Amino acid sequence: MRVTEILKQGKIISGKRRRDWRQEVAFFCLRISMLLVFLILLMILFDITQKGFGVISWSFLTEAPRSGMKEGGIYPAIVGTFYVTLIATFFAVPLGIMAAIYLNEYALQGRLNRLIRISLRNMAGVPSIVFGLFGVALFVQLMGFKPSLLAAGLTLGLLTLPVTVTAAEEALKAVPKSYREGGLALGATQWQMIKTLVLPSAIPGMLTGVILGLSRAAGETAPILFTGAAFFLPYLPNSPFSQFMALPYHLFILATQHHDISGVRPLAYGTAFVLLVLVFLLNLSAVLLRYRYRKKIKQA
Amino acid sequence: MALAGVCGARRACKDERGSAMHNFKENMIKRFFMLNGLLSIVILLGIFYLLLSRSLPALQEVGLKNFFAPGYWKPTAFATPQYSMLNLIRGTFMVGAGSLLFAVPLGVACATYLAEVAGSREREVLKPIIEILAGIPSVVLGFFGLVVLSPIIAQIFGLNSGINALNGSILVGIMALPTIVSLAEDAISAVPQSYRHASLALGATRWQTILRVILPAALSGIIAASMLGMGRAVGETMTVLMATGNALAKPGSFFDSVRTLSANIAIEMGEVPMGSIHYHSLFFVGLVLFIITFVINLLADIIFQRYREEF
Repeated sequence: MRVTEILKQGKIISGKRRRDWRQEVAFFCLRISMLLVFLILLMILFDITQKGFGVISWSFLTEAPRSGMKEGGIYPAIVGTFYVTLIATFFAVPLGIMAAIYLNEYALQGRLNRLIRISLRNMAGVPSIVFGLFGVALFVQLMGFKPSLLAAGLTLGLLTLPVTVTAAEEALKAVPKSYREGGLALGATQWQMIKTLVLPSAIPGMLTGVILGLSRAAGETAPILFTGAAFFLPYLPNSPFSQFMALPYHLFILATQHHDISGVRPLAYGTAFVLLVLVFLLNLSAVLLRYRYRKKIKQA
Repeated sequence: MALAGVCGARRACKDERGSAMHNFKENMIKRFFMLNGLLSIVILLGIFYLLLSRSLPALQEVGLKNFFAPGYWKPTAFATPQYSMLNLIRGTFMVGAGSLLFAVPLGVACATYLAEVAGSREREVLKPIIEILAGIPSVVLGFFGLVVLSPIIAQIFGLNSGINALNGSILVGIMALPTIVSLAEDAISAVPQSYRHASLALGATRWQTILRVILPAALSGIIAASMLGMGRAVGETMTVLMATGNALAKPGSFFDSVRTLSANIAIEMGEVPMGSIHYHSLFFVGLVLFIITFVINLLADIIFQRYREEF
């Protein structure tokens, strides 16, 4: 009886304290900052959507630019972004997954492991324009790919590698230890265990990383500036060695390099809107996938 | 750890049974995966090596000192080309510092709110906002700065043009925000629960606990998060390229047009004749940018890992 009374009194006291005005003001300020960030995001999305949505039409999405890019659509840029992102993915995903398998399944806690992790985190912070220079030096010149889909795709692939590795490793970590112990106890070698038990249950989670990498690659401009993106091409790329138009680069050109900048502003808004929707859809599917996957793991 | 033990036991068993072939295969597989694991180190070293080797001709011709001597970046001047990067470095740090000036307080406030004040359901709604913000391509943000933010800035401050360091700082700050928020939130959440309990039990309010106990305890983590934000801000290319005006003069204030290291590469690399001194000097600019971000990121990483180990 006495204990509950004391507890109740405590509650009242702390209830009073919760109405402390300094705390109220402080929490209000914190809430306002969160709101401010939300408003910034909303303002960007609203402006691009409001002025870009009206531009979207079937012909805008399926036609090539005409009359010095003052009319027509963005079809070649959509195709180019699709191809270059595909190449980046095919390059980065296997490498990223294998690196993650090493880090999570084989590597022992030690100096080498720490070094790899530090360099992975640091690689994520390398400026995208530096990746662009690296792509020029390595893929365009040393390997002789010329400015092309391939050179740009590989450069983007390198850029997205840290994202892929991190996400793949997270997926591997989510696989319960008991799977591994069970496999080993049944007499499987480590590779058999990884191949038949760990990987299949981690693949949905890895897919999240793949999509996040995709969306990062699709939106990047700086790495493709000199490795293959073209100002304007009258034809679609027909091999990995042709140059290409890309959505982000097209937007950059329409916004700053075109001779009639104010005239093509609606087209620029349309391009920005398409790019935003593309990236947003990719991110959304990654989030949904991760959500479902986590639920499944929890149930298991 | 237990798993490593099991693996070791397995390996020992195999050895006893003497299936050497099997062991060989397993070893090769392990080696193969290890090679992939080493890839990140190889790439980082590769970037450093290639940038350095490509900039050597410029270093020999111009001299390291002249890149940092007072003067201007005028590599195409007919009579006496100049290669001073000072104004570019000034511009870079101006935009970087300016962006942090607004991104750090805002980011830390958001992180504090997410970690300490918001309920779990509220957090589930708010966190995707940060993720969407992080997903906006930098070229879209640059476009936004160009067409929306710059007229606003011009009007507020009565300028002819709103394309200046201030515009770039705001945009880059928006770019750095998600990094700062998510890492600072990690840092704040890592403060042990017992700190909170002890403080509340001593009679402090929640706000007193946050201000006097949790934030001081998370300080080094928050500093690391801000530094990583700085690293992103310094390396950002497209937004600054589109929103800062890219003038080569010495910047006097945030209302001046500035050019950053990254924007300089993006502007000139496309037009420069391959193999010229100018071409190689752009690789040197890239190397300097790489080293700056590398050092910032590495320091931040060391601080962050120390912080994690502390708790």
